[in-house]
Amino acid sequence: MVAAGCRFFAGYPMTPFTEVLEEMAKKLPAVGGVCMNAESELEAVGMAWGAAATGTPAATGSTGQGLSLMQESLAEITLARLPLVVLNMARAQGDYWQATRGGGHGDYRHLVLAPVDVVEGVELVQRAFHLAATWRNPVLVFGDYYLAHTARSVEVAPLDLGPAPAKEWALTGDTGGSGRAKLVSFLGSVKQRDGAGYDLAVHYAACAEHTAKMLREVPPEAETGFIDDADVVVVAFGTPGAYVRSAVRSLRSEGMRVGWIRPITLVPFPSEVIAAAARNAKVVAVYENNAGQMLDDVRLSVLGDAPVAFIGGLSLDASGFGIAPDLQVSVLRRRILDVAERHR
Amino acid sequence: MTERTRSQVVPTDAPPQVPARLVGDFTPALVDVGLHHLCPGCGEPIAVRSLLEAIGELALAQRTITVFGIGCYTAFSNNLDVEVLQALHGRAPSVATGVKRAQPGTVVVTVQGDGDMVSEGLQEVLHAAARGENITCVMLNNGVFGETGGHMTATTVLGQRTKTSLEGRDAAAHGRPILLADLISRLDGAAYVARCAVNSAGELARTHRALRRALETQLSGAGFSFVEILTMCPTGWFVETTEAPRYLADNLGAVHWAGVLKDLRAGADAAE
Repeated sequence: MVAAGCRFFAGYPMTPFTEVLEEMAKKLPAVGGVCMNAESELEAVGMAWGAAATGTPAATGSTGQGLSLMQESLAEITLARLPLVVLNMARAQGDYWQATRGGGHGDYRHLVLAPVDVVEGVELVQRAFHLAATWRNPVLVFGDYYLAHTARSVEVAPLDLGPAPAKEWALTGDTGGSGRAKLVSFLGSVKQRDGAGYDLAVHYAACAEHTAKMLREVPPEAETGFIDDADVVVVAFGTPGAYVRSAVRSLRSEGMRVGWIRPITLVPFPSEVIAAAARNAKVVAVYENNAGQMLDDVRLSVLGDAPVAFIGGLSLDASGFGIAPDLQVSVLRRRILDVAERHR
Repeated sequence: MTERTRSQVVPTDAPPQVPARLVGDFTPALVDVGLHHLCPGCGEPIAVRSLLEAIGELALAQRTITVFGIGCYTAFSNNLDVEVLQALHGRAPSVATGVKRAQPGTVVVTVQGDGDMVSEGLQEVLHAAARGENITCVMLNNGVFGETGGHMTATTVLGQRTKTSLEGRDAAAHGRPILLADLISRLDGAAYVARCAVNSAGELARTHRALRRALETQLSGAGFSFVEILTMCPTGWFVETTEAPRYLADNLGAVHWAGVLKDLRAGADAAE
């Protein structure tokens, strides 16, 4: 986060997000940044909103539950065209719809990146800040308990992502009295010279156009393996994606024609890769640690070209965090073999 | 010591050199467009104008960021010539905190109503005050949700008729009003707390002084400053426009007492 340029962070403790807040409280002051232990998630996102409006690279986060509290602000921050990075250190994977559809009101989308491990997380957080600054739009990094609670030594090499656009919109306080004082508002940032109030129709249309352009131009990304000749294609994201990868590799070594796709960007969703793989496959299987949410996006990608089977399920972890016994390569192997058997 | 602003003396021994203009014809400094959709008799434009004038007089226009809540006064967030960050209903204090912490050199002022600050966002303003956040929060208190058309808020006084307290606010049925300035003055982080009104020229002068002192408090770094301004809402009170100033004094003003509740500025005159 700090290497990615983050200089303002606000959060409210909640497992498994807490360690992020602890680390930011430790690391940000050392680089001249600010970390706020906010009094609620509502205030955490509000503080991040204020800092972002001054052009300061800002972030907030929580688990899905805390993000539910933040949704009103996250929706309006998007319509105010502010860059912000939001972390969801989720419990299991039940927040897929919240992350990709947005739990808030109105027409808006967030870009969503889902790292598989700490190494990829370091890269994606840097890209999240760059995407947020480039598109003036919140970017969500969707992790889980494993990602939040895994400590690994990684080389944090700053990525050269190119320059982000200048922040001429950022509030600095010094344009008052000039006749063109800056306005940052989710109701519209164009002042009405010939009347009073905002024109929401104009603003919302401009935001929708911007969102469509963003979703067109940001390339969807996925990690794939063995999909060229796969009869069974397994789709999974985040930490479960690593377990699926392992199960598929072991089945491949036994001669089974199976492949995997791991979406790295959940928004925009890598539909074309999945559609292409589905055209040659007998079945597309989806593994998620929930009751079947990304399943919808996979079905929309496949559009009937192949049957889509759900091989995931709700977390069996009594704590609700999505830990053991959810992820087991042997269980995944069995489910993939079952699906293959049913779609021979 | 507060520096007095010196007004230009208008000579009265000869006919005026320039024709007189109605006050209503002016677009005050720091306002871009002189139009708004607020009702006749509303107190909010008076209060906002007084705030803008205080910002101008203290030469703060070029370092101020205002954070607006949601209410009738939001109409002004679009047409001011000071920087504006629009916040959600109830959430201006946390947003202002983010601005101030990220850019400590700026002067940060929130403008919220009683529905915004006390009903929806009470926790926000209390925590900001308790943290001693070095910002100024201004509450326009008319004891009613004006924008939605006259509904009860957390500051509506007992007996006040609204669309959701048809026979008047009743303690047993609706609870009692929150006196926010009193509450905030009890928090250690609050350095300046005043309650005033805009229903007469004298009250407006006191309001203006309080706004200046609140901004001076922020400039001195002494901590959280808070000005509650009682404003008229004849539409939401269902009274004649001309009756509103008196209604304010007899109803809202009889419960939410005006005065300086706390002033911890260095050298502040305790006798005021």
